[in-house]
Amino acid sequence: MRAVIAEDLFLLRDGLTRMLQAHGMTVTAAVENGDDLLSAVNEERPDVAIVDVRLPPTFSDEGLRAALQARKDHPGLPILVLSQYVEQLYARELLAGGAGGIGYLLKDRVFDSAQFIDAVRRVAGGGTAMDPEVISRLLARNTGDGSLSALSPREREVLALMAEGRSNAAIAQRMVITERAVAKHTASIFAKLDLQPSNDDNRRVLAVLAYLGA
Amino acid sequence: MRKPLRPDRVLAVAQCLALAVLALAGLGLVLVMAGGPALAIGISVALSGSGWRVAQALGVAAAGLALWACLLPAAASAIRPLATMARALSGRWCQAPIAAPYLAEPAGGGLWRPIAQLRDDPAARRDLAWMAVDGCLGGVVLLVPVVAVVAGLVVFIGSRVLPQIPPPAYPGNSTGSILIAGAALTAAGLYAAPWLLRAHGALASMLLGPAGTAELEQRVQHLSRTRTETIDAGAAEIRRIERDLHDGAQARLVAMGMTLDAAGNLIEEDPKAARALLFEARDNSAKALRELRELVRGIHPPVLADRGLPEAIKALALDTPLRIHLTSDPEQVARLSAPIESAAYFAVSELVANVTKHAQASQAWIDIRRENTMLKITVADDGRGGADPAQGSGLRGIERRLAAFDGVLAVTSPPGGPTVITVEVPCAPS
Ligand SMILES: Nc1ncnc2c1ncn2[C@@H]1O[C@H](COP(=O)(O)OP(=O)(O)OP(=O)(O)O)[C@@H](O)[C@H]1O
Ligand SMILES: [Mg+2]
Repeated sequence: MRAVIAEDLFLLRDGLTRMLQAHGMTVTAAVENGDDLLSAVNEERPDVAIVDVRLPPTFSDEGLRAALQARKDHPGLPILVLSQYVEQLYARELLAGGAGGIGYLLKDRVFDSAQFIDAVRRVAGGGTAMDPEVISRLLARNTGDGSLSALSPREREVLALMAEGRSNAAIAQRMVITERAVAKHTASIFAKLDLQPSNDDNRRVLAVLAYLGA
Repeated sequence: MRKPLRPDRVLAVAQCLALAVLALAGLGLVLVMAGGPALAIGISVALSGSGWRVAQALGVAAAGLALWACLLPAAASAIRPLATMARALSGRWCQAPIAAPYLAEPAGGGLWRPIAQLRDDPAARRDLAWMAVDGCLGGVVLLVPVVAVVAGLVVFIGSRVLPQIPPPAYPGNSTGSILIAGAALTAAGLYAAPWLLRAHGALASMLLGPAGTAELEQRVQHLSRTRTETIDAGAAEIRRIERDLHDGAQARLVAMGMTLDAAGNLIEEDPKAARALLFEARDNSAKALRELRELVRGIHPPVLADRGLPEAIKALALDTPLRIHLTSDPEQVARLSAPIESAAYFAVSELVANVTKHAQASQAWIDIRRENTMLKITVADDGRGGADPAQGSGLRGIERRLAAFDGVLAVTSPPGGPTVITVEVPCAPS
C-alpha cells in the first residue's frame, strides 16, 4: 500500500512514516505543505493520503482545503485528515461528497498504532474513519431533539461504533459480543431510525452519518 | 390663510405654562439654597436694628442658618430630578433631545451625595446655573403668551357675555374695539408661544446638555474604567490558564515521566508490569492532550483562528444540542480584527450556553451582520424569557468585555419569552 503524508512537524512526519513502514506500507512522499501535497498526489497517485489540517504557510485550515482540493482533482482518492482538534464543521465538509474513503481523526489516535493502522487501511479501502469525539458530539446533538430516544443504550453504543466506520466484526470484538448479535442490533437500529438497510458496509456508515446530520 | 387657533399652538401655550411653572420651581430651589445665609444675616440685622439685643439677634440668625443647613441636602437632591424633568420635557416639546451630561459616580454616598455632586460634577453646577437663569428669564418670558391668551380670552368673552357692563371709559373705546383688542391679544399669544418654546429649547440644550468638556470627561471616565476592567480581566484569565496548565497538563507530564521511569526499571525483571506502566503513561499523555485541547478552545477556538467569526459561530451552532438557525453575510463580516472577533465569539458562546441552560427553548436564531462600522449580532430564542444580567455573571461578563471596544449588550426578555439579545460592537471597516 502506498501512502503520501503531509505534516509540517518533523517529529510527527517522521514518526508517522516509520509507523506506516513498520506495518508494511510504502511512504512515497512526506511533504510539509498543501501545495506540495497536491503535486505529490498528482505524481504518485497514492492509495491513501494522510494530511494534517494545519499546515504552512497560513497555519490555518490549509491542509483541510488541500485535502478537499485533492478529492476534487481525484474523485474517490482516500484521504485521512489528522488534527489536534476535531470539528463537526470540518467533518461535514469532508463527508459532503457522500462518497467513502474519508477519515478524520485526532492526532492522539496515533498512540494506538494497531487502531490507527486499521483506520488507515479502512480509509484506503474506501471506508470511513470518524473520530469517536466527532461521533459523540453528533450523538449529543441528536439526543437533544429526541430523535435517538427510541434506541436502547446498547443500540446507541453500536450506532456510535458504526458511525465511526467500524465493520460488524470490529464492533463485535470491541463490545465483546458475537457478530450475529451486532447484526441484530444494526437491523433494529435501521428499523427504528427508518433507514434503508444495506449489506454494503460503507453505504451503511454513510447513511448513518447522513442521518446524524454530519 | 393662517389660522391662529391651530391645535399645536394651543398646545404650545400649555407647554409654555408647564415649563414656566418648572422654571419657577427651579428658581425657588435656587433661592432656598443661595438665600439661606443672606436671609439669616438680613433678619439678624433687621432685628438688632429694631431694638433686639445683638446676642438675641445673632441667636435667631444662627437658628436660621441651622435650619438652612438641614434644608440644604433636601434642596440639593431635588436639583437633578428637576433638571432631568426639564431636559425631558424641553427635549420632547422642542424636538431637540438633550443628553444627560452627568459623570458616572461611585455608589452610595447617602445624604451628602447631592452636595458632593455639586462639588465634583461640573454638570451639577450647570444645572444650578440653568435654574437661576431659567427662573428669572424663562419663568417670566414663557408666561407672556399664557397671560396674553388668557387675558385676551377674558376680555373677548367678557365683552360678549356681559355687554351690559359699561366698558372702561377711555377715548375711542367701544365694544367692537375691545373685541378686536381681545382677539388680537389671544392671537399674539398663540403666535408667540411656539416661537418662545423653540427659543427656550435652544437655551435649555445649551445649558442642560453636555458641555464640550463634559463629554470629554465622560469619555475619559468611561475609558479609564473599561481599561482597568480589561486589564483585570486579562490578568485573571492568565492566572486561570496558569492554574489549568499547572494542575492539568504539567502534572500529567510529571506523572508520565515517573511512570516511564518505573517502567524502565521493571522492564528486565517484570516485562509484563512494565508494559502495563507504559500503557498507563500513554493514557496519561492522551489525557494531557485532551486537557490542552480544552484549554486552547477556551482561549482561542481553532475554527475562529482558521476561518473567522461566521464559520466559528457555525461550528459552535453545530456543537450545540439545539436547533439553531444561523443567518449571516460572510462577505460583510469577512475578517474583523482578532480581538473583536474573539470578544464577539465568546459573547455568542455565552449567549448560546444560556439558551441551552436556562431558556427551555425549542429553537434559537443567530444573526450576524455589519451595518456600516457596527458589527451587530442577535441571539434570539423562543424560550421562557426572564434573562437578567443582575442574576448571574455571564451576561455582565459579556458587557464588561464588550465595553473595552465601546460595544454594548441589549437584553429584551419579558417573562414568558421570547428572548432577544443583541450585541453591538463598533468595528473599523477592513
Ligand atoms: N436565554 C435565556 N432565557 C431565559 N433566561 C435566561 C436566558 N439567559 C439568561 N437567563 C437568566 O438570566 C440569568 C443571568 O444569566 P447569566 O449568563 O448572567 O448567568 P448564569 O448563566 O446564571 O451564570 P453564569 O453565566 O455566570 O454561569 C440566568 O441565571 C437565567 O436565569
Ligand atoms: Mg450564563
